Amino acid sequence: MHMSRTHAGVQVNTDACFNFEFDGKTLQGCEGDTIASALLANGVVVIGRGFKYHRPRGVWGSWTEEPNAIVQVTLNKRTLPNCLATTTLLETGMQVKSVNAFPSAAFDIKGGLNLLRRWLGAGFYYKTFMWPNWHLFEPMIRKMAGLGAVSEQCFDDYVSDQLHETCDVLVVGAGPAGLVAARTAAEAGESVWLVDDHHTLGATHFYHEFIEGVAARSWIATQLTAIIAAGATVYSSTTAFGIYDHQLVGLMQLQGFAQAPRLIRLRASRIILATGAIDRPLLFRNNDLPGIFSQSAALDYLSNYGVSVGKRVGLASVHNADQVHDVFAKHAIEVVALNPQDEALSAIGRKQIQSVNTSTARESVDALVVCGGLTPTIHLWSHQQGGLRWQKNIHAFVPNREQAPAGLFVVGAAAGIYTLEDALSDAVHVAIGRASTPNLAAVSIPMPSAKTQNRDSQWIDVQHDVTVKDVDVAVQENYASVEHVKRYTTLGMAVDQGKTSNMLGLAALADKQKVSIPEVGITTFRPPFVPVPLVTYGGQHTHLHSKPPKRLVLEPTHRALNAALCEYGGWLRPGWYGDGRMDEHVQQEVLMTREQAGILDASALGKIEVMGPDARNFLNFVYYNRLDNLQPGHIRYGFMLTEGGSVYDDGVVWCMDEHRFLVSCSSSHVAGVEQLLESWRQDGNNPNQIYVHNATSQWATITVTGPKALDIVNALPLPIELNMAEFKHMRFLEATYQNHTLRIARVSFSGEISFELSVPTTQALMLWNDLLRIGKPLQAGPLGLEAMSVMRAEKGYIIVGKDTDGETMPHDLGFTGPRANKTAAFVGDRSLHTKTAQSSSRRQWVGFTVPKDQPMIPVGAHLVNGGDKPKSIGVVTSSYFSPTLQQPIALGLLEAGALRLGEQVSVWHMGQQSRAKVVSPCFYDVSGARLHAG
Amino acid sequence: MQQFPCPFCGERDEREFHFLAEAGKERPNTTVSIDDETWARYLYKQRNEKGEVQEIWMHLTCREVFLLKRHSVTMAVSESVSLRQGC
Repeated sequence: MHMSRTHAGVQVNTDACFNFEFDGKTLQGCEGDTIASALLANGVVVIGRGFKYHRPRGVWGSWTEEPNAIVQVTLNKRTLPNCLATTTLLETGMQVKSVNAFPSAAFDIKGGLNLLRRWLGAGFYYKTFMWPNWHLFEPMIRKMAGLGAVSEQCFDDYVSDQLHETCDVLVVGAGPAGLVAARTAAEAGESVWLVDDHHTLGATHFYHEFIEGVAARSWIATQLTAIIAAGATVYSSTTAFGIYDHQLVGLMQLQGFAQAPRLIRLRASRIILATGAIDRPLLFRNNDLPGIFSQSAALDYLSNYGVSVGKRVGLASVHNADQVHDVFAKHAIEVVALNPQDEALSAIGRKQIQSVNTSTARESVDALVVCGGLTPTIHLWSHQQGGLRWQKNIHAFVPNREQAPAGLFVVGAAAGIYTLEDALSDAVHVAIGRASTPNLAAVSIPMPSAKTQNRDSQWIDVQHDVTVKDVDVAVQENYASVEHVKRYTTLGMAVDQGKTSNMLGLAALADKQKVSIPEVGITTFRPPFVPVPLVTYGGQHTHLHSKPPKRLVLEPTHRALNAALCEYGGWLRPGWYGDGRMDEHVQQEVLMTREQAGILDASALGKIEVMGPDARNFLNFVYYNRLDNLQPGHIRYGFMLTEGGSVYDDGVVWCMDEHRFLVSCSSSHVAGVEQLLESWRQDGNNPNQIYVHNATSQWATITVTGPKALDIVNALPLPIELNMAEFKHMRFLEATYQNHTLRIARVSFSGEISFELSVPTTQALMLWNDLLRIGKPLQAGPLGLEAMSVMRAEKGYIIVGKDTDGETMPHDLGFTGPRANKTAAFVGDRSLHTKTAQSSSRRQWVGFTVPKDQPMIPVGAHLVNGGDKPKSIGVVTSSYFSPTLQQPIALGLLEAGALRLGEQVSVWHMGQQSRAKVVSPCFYDVSGARLHAG
Repeated sequence: MQQFPCPFCGERDEREFHFLAEAGKERPNTTVSIDDETWARYLYKQRNEKGEVQEIWMHLTCREVFLLKRHSVTMAVSESVSLRQGC
């Protein structure tokens, strides 16, 4: 077969030619070529091998419907597997390789698999490799299957831009109907977007020489000029790959080879689909041979790329055959007319077609052009569950306008309108929002069915190697539903998602079941229409950007002090200070705090103000603990529960005055607590009597904790001097510091005397520096969160979410008072008295110890009952080496733990068992003498 | 992605909203004795209707809590009403 350019072709620039490689051979292509058009121009016919049987495969289509021509491409040291040769623009120096073929597409050593295909039909793998175990065979089979090899390269710059846009009217597809719809809407004053996935707009129309009496090319140019003049946004290389809820359209805009596509999320009030129709193959013997082309592809290559698919071409077409005949004749291509409807055709050839047998003759050809009808491209319509209707005269499912999804319209061939005049006038009506009932009966297209002989050589899905016989087998094995047959045979499940094969499969199934195609139904189309790289959806939202951390106002100061910044509940906070080993720093910071004092940036603590006449009753309802009797100047520790009774957050509530409270919740729960407060405020309370204000980011809080804390705070330039006898544990007061409000709260998470000093964030740096300066001669210094975490564990304080889970109730943690005594209603109250909540085997909060010389108990280890088959009766939630006690300590939840104090329990971790002693969760200052010192 | 009309801010993308509950659930008076069934009905039993539904949503960016009427099959939104109306 000799293929070469018959003329320049409107889409390629034959003056700008360059070299590229295919399977190691140097070839020539031109600017504007796709890989496929260039290969065809060079006479390359075999481009790949079948997925399963490794039969030779050539180009079938000329765009996204292409099932065969998948290649691996390297350019500028970047390799991408699975590029569609028909849509990838050729560039200078591209190295193109066939996939699923070794050493090359033309000579594939696995070609012999084809001889075994009688035994390798649908279900072969499922049935054969069951015994003893599929996993035994899986690696070998996986190695034999698949297309292309994933490159190990990682492109750091492969990051998608993402845009969010809106418009009145989006038109998808720049064929004649789409152009007319876009122009009409734009000239009516609507904001219009016109997108087409082709690299050149208006290049998809090659059937008609004239449109509305004007030469087709100049008619298209005129429309485009008018559309742009009317202010529309027009994009080529832009695929509408999916329509999602409320008219959101995903647009993927190609940026060149190995460049991340741009994602545009376009919200359109109206979406007009002018997506055209795709040629159907015909079923005959060896219809998968290289050299067999779809009719529209053959015309596309001829008119746009100047490439003729052959010199003596067989034409087996049920639609527009006369027109095609004329076009070929004009380019001096000899045409052999064939009758696919009545004749059982048979293609002959080894690696490419050489002749076609009919019942009466053997016709020598170098290519065969086929059209088995048209399938309207209704994918986007179906993404929104648009109704379909079987249009008998054209044998196609067409969109049912009476069951149109909101805002969705369809025109042109996609609507099943195959005459130009009807399509154009209908598009005008739709574009201006007028009802239109197009005539779909003007054209009749038959649908030739599969022939009775050679059913294992009539290929339905050439990408997944599915034949008519495979469908027969599926039906024989009682797969009745089209969705089941699809999955059993893998028909339409390849990369092309059945763009060409779907209807053939339905027809073969209907034929075998002796029912009509509409009775068989249709499989569901889901986004995306074409493969979309996953990074496109993610865009810039990777690594830190996927969940930006909240940052402290003093972060630069901590960095200057060599802090190890880690993420804690969404905040970036100092874990410890200094280089080197973490555990050494943590031990040192604990001992410093226990002996002198530590200075901790606690600004991440929640500070939500709740105000108003109903504020007190409101908080009393939202909190587990009583807050109705909290006095001004006092602070109370408490839990917030879910309505299911589990502990959601713990924190302290300050009573500022009768109508004003400060909720200081956990730093990781600020957003959640605020949401909870707001939802109860607005739904169930009078929102005019309560006001919730999240002031977390307006205050910086620095905690000074340790025996020297009082000396340090009293050395600050304050108008008052703290007196421990008066300023007791769980109290707060307000003072001024450098002419700004300073709130001092005596609360503790370390077990030592602690003062939380809160100032407006503008004063944070001054306060921090003052405290460090004052602390230095007292051997007090910065304290990180890891050391604080150790100290709170020594003291037996919980971290909600670490030490508790979704089942933990307050009485499991030893907080039983309100459950027994609180008379007012509170969130979660009734759930604390269900049968489950009253169970004696609930998991309760306890501590664990092991002898000093033994290793720490791993966090996450299970506590198990003895016996041969250990059963989990609890879990270790926190575990540390206590620098204060010089021994490992752990905390956890254990069934009926409070009754087991003093007992030994088995600890199970990764198959290893050890023993630990159950103890009270408080390991340090059990009497509270240090905490309450006054 | 759906769009919901916040009574305070107008049309916004679905991801700015948080579902709170099906509308019409009255919290039982828990200061008197109520049986498990009553509490479970309030806490767990969802109507989960196919068709027109009424739900309570929060617009997270402005914290407005409102009643949303929408269709659970077609996803069409018919109305949103602020809970504060009539207060």
